[in-house]
Amino acid sequence: MTTRFVVGYDGSTASRRALDFALERAEASGAEVLVAHILEWSPYSFLTPNELEERHMRRKEELARAESALIAPLKSELEASPVPVETTLKYGNVADTLCALAKDSGATQIFIGRKGEGGGFAARVFGSVAGTLAQCAPVPCTIVP
Amino acid sequence: MKSTYKSTALAASALLVSAAPALAQTIDEQVNALFASSTGWFVSFIFSPFPGTTFPWIVAWLVVAATVFTFYFGLIQFRAFPHSIALVKGDYSDPNDAGEVSHFQALATALSGTVGLGNIAGVAVAVGIGGPGATFWMILAGLMGMASKFTECTLGVKYRNEFEDGHVSGGPMYYMTKGFAERGLPAGKFLAVMFSIFCILGALGGGNMFQANQAHAQITNVVGDYPGWITGIVFAGIVFAVIVGGLKSIARVTEKVVPFMGVLYVLTAIVILLLNYDRIGWAFGQIFEGAFTGLGVAGGMVGALIQGFKRAAFSNEAGVGSAAIAHSAVRTKEPITEGFVSLLEPFIDTVVICTMTALVIIITGQLVTDPETGLYILDEAGTAIQTVDGTSGVALTSAAFSASFGWFKYVLAIAVILFAFSTMISWSYYGLKAWTFLFGEGETKELVFKIIFCIFVVIGAAASLGPVIDFSDAAIFAMAVVNIIALYVLMPIVKRELESYLTRLKSGEIRKYG
Repeated sequence: MTTRFVVGYDGSTASRRALDFALERAEASGAEVLVAHILEWSPYSFLTPNELEERHMRRKEELARAESALIAPLKSELEASPVPVETTLKYGNVADTLCALAKDSGATQIFIGRKGEGGGFAARVFGSVAGTLAQCAPVPCTIVP
Repeated sequence: MKSTYKSTALAASALLVSAAPALAQTIDEQVNALFASSTGWFVSFIFSPFPGTTFPWIVAWLVVAATVFTFYFGLIQFRAFPHSIALVKGDYSDPNDAGEVSHFQALATALSGTVGLGNIAGVAVAVGIGGPGATFWMILAGLMGMASKFTECTLGVKYRNEFEDGHVSGGPMYYMTKGFAERGLPAGKFLAVMFSIFCILGALGGGNMFQANQAHAQITNVVGDYPGWITGIVFAGIVFAVIVGGLKSIARVTEKVVPFMGVLYVLTAIVILLLNYDRIGWAFGQIFEGAFTGLGVAGGMVGALIQGFKRAAFSNEAGVGSAAIAHSAVRTKEPITEGFVSLLEPFIDTVVICTMTALVIIITGQLVTDPETGLYILDEAGTAIQTVDGTSGVALTSAAFSASFGWFKYVLAIAVILFAFSTMISWSYYGLKAWTFLFGEGETKELVFKIIFCIFVVIGAAASLGPVIDFSDAAIFAMAVVNIIALYVLMPIVKRELESYLTRLKSGEIRKYG
């Protein structure tokens, strides 16, 4: 059975560091990498009637934009990489979705970048993705500074 | 020379200042008179009673429909209640569809269109005229109305139009045309056109003028009297900025704040009830006794019943068809699931929120009774119950809540303004959908409707309550006349969907995720 790592990737330098770190480890251990880009979304948010009507259209646009601006360039860049890389685009809460992905794909580790130094006020109140993952991840989770 | 100019200007401005209130009052009065005279015939037709009785045929029409749907679908509102909650929670939503409109979102949006002044002012009107007994009939109408809502929202999703660019348009006008054609029946198009006309009138009436009118009443209740057209122009300006100028931020803020105001409203009502816990039993006694005897209100039991049914229908809009427009945006493989979700709407709106308002008014003793007979005392005109402060409508609710918490009238004023605003935004959308169904989609055509909508905001705020509330009711009930005919014709289709879905749910073909 091949080992699989899940990497949370949003195009930021922090997430790039996490990806590079995961690729290194994957190459050394012969693992595959699943790069996941999560679009933040809650099914419990409130929308106006107009937003309701246009939601399907907007979703298509958002997915297309993420694919062309983020996933496609990354795929072509990693084509030459010795590590087999797969990508996925999902909607949902970032931490929860990464956990679910790790479970469903049988991954053995999650890698994620860390943006801040210790988190500002908002992170203290609402928690950060890295903090939530550290507490809830079903598999070992590496937070790359 | 300079001083002459100055003194002339001063004199002119002094004249303007003194003339302004008089001028404003005349504008209000003129709007009022014109409005009452031009809409009177329509109102009297919709509310005309059965010959020889005082019972309006339209109320019977709604109640009979709700009863028919309740029994035709085998008490679906009670059977499917737990499943509806599971659907809203997302238990049956495929995680791969995340990012699409969820059941919760469709329900929340439809609710913010219905939860509003009907729950605050409408209930006060019902209890003020029909007495506590009206509450009983209101709750009953809310429970029965759940079946009407179930029927119309299932059809709304089933027969919506999905356009190539991904946006959707649905509602009664679409199930009337497509559903009738599918069953090989004529007149679908005719019904759809009639519905659209009434929907536009309803959007301008209950969805707009009534809201502006009561928002103004609540503001004057807090800051003192001033001409209605001023509130109207301010409101119209903001509505214009949102629906014409595309200023989505205001709409978004409102959509987010309104649910919290709703929760705050219910919580405050519960606290007031707890503070008066020793009177809760008495209040329910009044509600049951009043429901069957009237306890002295004008029209007795029938008077209470009419008020209860009328205000419930106006508040939860079951059978009216408006919710079918809002719910049709959900992307689901099973139209019936949207029907299940929508049946929670009359429950939350009427059975929970409206009942809270009614209980607070009754329990805080706003309605004056005769200490000897225990019957309610009527006002001088003999049409409504005398209240402690002589208030009616939203001011009566405000007085009831303020009896326990003096500051609540300020919270209520903000709630009323936000509720009014979110209802207007929802109804501008419903009206626009009907408008584009009649005249076709196109920017100029849509702009014409939006401008008309804004003008009616000003008229609504300036007119007095009587003519506005009558017209609002009439227009919204006229939608129900046409919509319910279509529901009767198309209900076998809903039944097929329901049976197929329940079989698959039982067999495990439809399963829970996660």
